[in-house]
Amino acid sequence: MTSAISLRGVSVSYGETPVVEDLSLEIAEGECFGLVGESGSGKSTLLRAITGLAPDWTGGISLFGQARGKSIDRRFSALCQMVFQDPYGSLHPRQTVDAALSEPLTIHGIAGADTKVPAMMAACGLDPRFRFRLPHQLSGGQRQRVAIARALMLSPRILLLDEPTSALDVSVQAEILNLLKRLRREQKLTYILVTHDLPVVSFLCDRLAVMRQGRVVEVADVAALRANTMTHPYSREMVARSERRV
Amino acid sequence: MSEPLLDVANLRVRFPSPGGPVEVVRGVSFTLGRERLGIVGESGSGKSLTGRSILRLIRPPGIVTADRLRFSDIDLLRAGEWQMRRIRGARISMVMQDPKFSLNPVMTVGEQIGEALAVHKRLPRGQMRRRVLDMLEAVQIRDPERVFGLYPHEVSGGMGQRVMIAMMLIPEPAILIADEPTSALDVSVQGEVLKLMNDLITRKGMGLIFISHDLHLVSQFCDRILVMYRGRIVEECAAGELDRASHPYTRGLIAAVPRIDETREELPVLDRGAWEEAGA
Repeated sequence: MTSAISLRGVSVSYGETPVVEDLSLEIAEGECFGLVGESGSGKSTLLRAITGLAPDWTGGISLFGQARGKSIDRRFSALCQMVFQDPYGSLHPRQTVDAALSEPLTIHGIAGADTKVPAMMAACGLDPRFRFRLPHQLSGGQRQRVAIARALMLSPRILLLDEPTSALDVSVQAEILNLLKRLRREQKLTYILVTHDLPVVSFLCDRLAVMRQGRVVEVADVAALRANTMTHPYSREMVARSERRV
Repeated sequence: MSEPLLDVANLRVRFPSPGGPVEVVRGVSFTLGRERLGIVGESGSGKSLTGRSILRLIRPPGIVTADRLRFSDIDLLRAGEWQMRRIRGARISMVMQDPKFSLNPVMTVGEQIGEALAVHKRLPRGQMRRRVLDMLEAVQIRDPERVFGLYPHEVSGGMGQRVMIAMMLIPEPAILIADEPTSALDVSVQGEVLKLMNDLITRKGMGLIFISHDLHLVSQFCDRILVMYRGRIVEECAAGELDRASHPYTRGLIAAVPRIDETREELPVLDRGAWEEAGA
């Protein structure tokens, strides 16, 4: 199986503060890989480094064998897109759904927005009548669908998901998780899913890494999470906390 | 159960809209004793408005009506604004969701907690400071002297929420309304904050209304649960008996949450049409 994302000795810092330290991971094509850990463990920062939003990193990041540079690179934008946590904050408040979904195409000089936008909306379960609405006219779940549709407009092969459902109600979360699962199957996508919600990992992912203070403490199969047979004490503590929270 | 602390009957909250008034809370009735009552529902179910109407925090043009809204022997519907100000904080207090937006950014933590006390009770300065430090210690802040002088932006989310809880509990209210007190917090801190709230509540024999969208959490933390949907209570049950819930909405909510040993290929999605037509 080809490696979709290869991270070798990646360290990321914000100014003087190291956030991710010497992290290496290989993620196969078509895999869904979960990154879990508490706030400040560096999991979101790692995603930001992969997409190019946190340029202060060292080490090697390559996607499908192509090494990533520090600057914004259109080839990588077309290959790898990100979906953010908060659908209320990640959409431009004065941009209609149509404008949000057409913009990536315009930037990359791709024609045919007229047919591609409605097709993507349909694929993401958005009713065609939402096409010319503004974000404030949509519910949280619909907005997250728009954010996912926007990320998929350039037909990327990798989707980086930063807590895509933690701002949503459980019934809406179920819909979005089902959507992500279906899209991955239909479009043969590779996911990295950042979350602190272990059951979500169990539902969507194949493997997971537990992060703590910028380092990976354990990489395991989801089967180990389900059967509670992860080995590192910190991972076991996380599982125990997730089961019994009070 | 002893005499209820709070008695709510047929509570309704309406807001005017271009298409006529919209009723957001539609006839909610419940009583609260010295217990932990959970109100669960999704966004827009009216759970937060229910909490706020108890403190009469709904501003015009919102209209609150009820057949009964009593707190011990006070009729909250008829209480004057002056009387309400003496109830808010001192007798019934409320912890909000996000410490970042609910603390005053230009006042130190200590001053804010002190203010919460000063509004209801006159105390000499030194004694006041002592009380605040004791309270900070009670919410398990390790170095109260140092935290006393910090500004809200200098403390973490978990610590901010503890400061909020300290502020709400220092006047020793009879009822605490906690509106999603932990959803802005990290899972690892959530447990601590809840445990702390629980300890303080049981020690002082207070009543708690815990408002949350997290069914799993509420079932572990509370004694009794009300499930709200579209402004109505659709189900009431003891927390331990949630798995025997009968309303399709409650069952749908439970089923929609993934489990840690998840093997379902697809999560069931709520079929809202199914019971709405039945008029539930």
